[in-house]
Amino acid sequence: MADIQLKDLVKSYGPTEVLHHIEGDIQDGEFIVIVGPSGCGKSTLLRMVAGLESVTSGEIAIGGTRVNELEPSQRDIAMVFQNYALYPHMTVRQNMAYGLKIRKLPKADIDRRVEEAAEILEIKQYLDRKPRQLSGGQRQRVAMGRAIVRDPQVFLFDEPLSNLDAKLRVQMRLEIRKLQQRLGVTSIYVTHDQVEAMTLGDRLMVLNGGYVEQFGTPIELYDRPASMFVAGFIGSPAMNFLPVTLDAGTASLPSGHQVSVASGHSGTATLGMRPEHLTADPDGPIAINVDMLEQLGANTLIHGRLDGTEHAITASVPGHAHDGIGNTRRFSIAPDLTHLFDTDTGKRLDS
Amino acid sequence: MLKRVHFPTSLLPYLLVAPQIAITLVFFIWPASQAMYQSFLIEDAFGLGTEFVWFENFEVLMTDSHYLDSFQRTAVFSVLVAALSMGFALILAGFAQRVVRGAMFYRTLLIWPYAIAPVLAGALWVFMFNPTLGIFPYFLEIIGITWNHYLSGNQAMLLVILAAAWKQVAYNFLFYLAAMQSIPNSVIEAAAIDGAGPARRFWTIVFPLISPTTFFLLVINMVYAFFETFGIIHAVTQGGPGTSTTILVYKVFNDGFVGLDLGGSAAQSVVLMALVIVMTVVQFRFVERKVAY
Amino acid sequence: MVENRPLTTFVTHLVLILGVLAIAFPVWITFVASTHNELRMNQSPLPLWPGEYFLTNMQQTLFGSGLSGTEQAPVWLMLLNSLAMALLISSGKIVISLLSAFAIVYFKFPFRMGFFWMIFITLMLPVEVRILPTFEVVANLGMLNSYWGLSIPLIASATATFMFRQVFLTVPDELLESARIDGAGPLRFFFDILLPLSRTNIAALFVILFIFGWNQYLWPLLITTDTSMTTIVMSIKQMLEAAEQSPQWNIIMTTALLAMIPPVFVVIAMQKLFVQGLTETDK
Repeated sequence: MADIQLKDLVKSYGPTEVLHHIEGDIQDGEFIVIVGPSGCGKSTLLRMVAGLESVTSGEIAIGGTRVNELEPSQRDIAMVFQNYALYPHMTVRQNMAYGLKIRKLPKADIDRRVEEAAEILEIKQYLDRKPRQLSGGQRQRVAMGRAIVRDPQVFLFDEPLSNLDAKLRVQMRLEIRKLQQRLGVTSIYVTHDQVEAMTLGDRLMVLNGGYVEQFGTPIELYDRPASMFVAGFIGSPAMNFLPVTLDAGTASLPSGHQVSVASGHSGTATLGMRPEHLTADPDGPIAINVDMLEQLGANTLIHGRLDGTEHAITASVPGHAHDGIGNTRRFSIAPDLTHLFDTDTGKRLDS
Repeated sequence: MLKRVHFPTSLLPYLLVAPQIAITLVFFIWPASQAMYQSFLIEDAFGLGTEFVWFENFEVLMTDSHYLDSFQRTAVFSVLVAALSMGFALILAGFAQRVVRGAMFYRTLLIWPYAIAPVLAGALWVFMFNPTLGIFPYFLEIIGITWNHYLSGNQAMLLVILAAAWKQVAYNFLFYLAAMQSIPNSVIEAAAIDGAGPARRFWTIVFPLISPTTFFLLVINMVYAFFETFGIIHAVTQGGPGTSTTILVYKVFNDGFVGLDLGGSAAQSVVLMALVIVMTVVQFRFVERKVAY
Repeated sequence: MVENRPLTTFVTHLVLILGVLAIAFPVWITFVASTHNELRMNQSPLPLWPGEYFLTNMQQTLFGSGLSGTEQAPVWLMLLNSLAMALLISSGKIVISLLSAFAIVYFKFPFRMGFFWMIFITLMLPVEVRILPTFEVVANLGMLNSYWGLSIPLIASATATFMFRQVFLTVPDELLESARIDGAGPLRFFFDILLPLSRTNIAALFVILFIFGWNQYLWPLLITTDTSMTTIVMSIKQMLEAAEQSPQWNIIMTTALLAMIPPVFVVIAMQKLFVQGLTETDK
């Protein structure tokens, strides 16, 4: 068990800097998810912690010890890869035992650890099979098993669920979470899937273009996104953004209507409203020309444009809604559920 | 080209490449540069001294009618060998891929001549065409053709071409069959629905689709005819009668080991190397284009 | 296939059978010649159907005097020489190519590309175009009339190196990463992971190289003068020369048959590996 510190971490390939001064303190036993669009540098960051990529500058410390110069095998970590990286010519048992064998553990010890891990992951009956005889989900478990037997200080996961189908993904997601809580091992998990990130992580690190946009709990990210990027990335359907003019606690929409906001700023800004926070209100200030309805059963998404403008806007209302295409429907929003961002920098404007 | 992660640099990679590099240096680079160097030398008539003559050997070569004849002969020989064996292989492969069950059975029956050494292929054919005893001259005599490849240069040429082409059919067949089997069946079926019969389908759909294979095989067959047929020539005609089957690679051997014209032979080697390099580059560019990595 | 009319099917099989017969005919004639006695093989027209002297001929060729009137090594010794040469060449090529491909793909070291190109050059220089100087090198090293002289100059192989490089490049990077996290060093990774993964490629290449080695002709012809080092393939040529004086076609063709049986057997018995090897080395 160990905590992890990332101090002023930079990664460059030649003259191109791909990760910019990353800071992060990860507590012992915490489950951290690094999330962001593809190419944001999240895998690179994870691989730097693993020791598979060199550190350009800054420091990585695991359990208080600087590990920049250590080989992957000396960092006391275990990693689960996206394609599992099981050795195809070895049985499940040999796959799990390989690292222990290299570390020259006594045979009885290895057997015991493999049995235990297989027990936890319910793969005992597959121990003597080759990876190609297993289904995707089973391989996933073997990859996890290989990580568990090493009894490491840190688990690293590199998009481990993206090769599975949707249903299995949800199931494995829960299992990974339960397993991590049971073992209490500090974990870093990389994904591009925001639902996976929200459900798994104690805290999320949102990366964009090599910068940390925000590092916080899922609820913090949802309730108080630090930037338009985080606001748009977390939550589904995505947050609506509208250009507004602020004046003494009200925001003037492009349609000319006024919305109360909890902010004393003035001037132009971007107003963010989550679709699920818009409530139907015949007298509400937000008028939507309805283009299309999406029936999701529990709720209905109303897609349209802000009245008199071309700004796309989506609202989510509970229950069913069958008609209204071509009509104008009106909504309101509570002032404390609105978000305001600086239009130029994308940063949150605090009240 | 490279893995994203490497083992740390140490002495080990040098040790790993050392055997290959040592052999390459001693038995490839050094002899090749020797050939290059010798091609600039002329040995005097008594073998007592050598003189550095720059490109004189090459100039002699390029004005030597024997050499130019040999060049032309090699071209004719290799074109005919390639055309004959590729044509025969193409026909057989075209029919074999029509067989639903048993294509692999025919493949087994057709690929084994690949394993026969060129010199053995030569021995087999020289036996069948032995002027006094052979099966073929016996039947040819009946229809009024006298066969004697020890006397007729054209007949000798025909014989080495047949022997060389025969051995190469297996290889060409294998590649053609593989290429045809990789054409999706739906393409053929679409053409059939469009109303194209088997022969038309072959020429308008299958043949164009396997043209990369044809080009690849053409280069491979030329290289084969240029260099690997040495054994056939040596066994069947020894370049004769006269010089009528002396192709370039045989001439290098003959001038060097039999005629002991070291400078001239070396110059010929250098010309051949240049030819191989051109062919290899052509082949390599083709391969690069085909398999993108 | 799209059409399934009996007539087309018939024509298809007819053409294929005729093709097979045409291809097999020279070997049939060889086989027939090995089943008659010397007397019959000197009468025109030669037989087209097997006789009953096959075992006698085999006996005389393999263990007996062989071709009378020549001072040749016994054919069984030639077969052994050929086998030794073929095995040395094929295993030598595989070993040194595996090692250098491993170095080139898995290490980043100064002059890596220089070595790569140096190996590539060997692809361009077939033995036929550099025979004289190579012969001199081997002679100076005192390797004439030895198994080493027969095999070592032929075992540098760009093709095999390229093939293994391709194979290694298709091994997922994550396996190496995973092995490094497991604590495996380079040699351990090579023996525990890479070699077992390339098993079929090695076997396929072995089939091709065995045939390549067995069929060597010009090189053994040049560097062996001692009859006890003769290989079976090169002995055919000497027998053909002798045949001009005293034609003993039954013995010559029996020898030819013996010379082609091992490689042909390898091709047919390991057809799948053979096809794989052929298509991989040439692409």
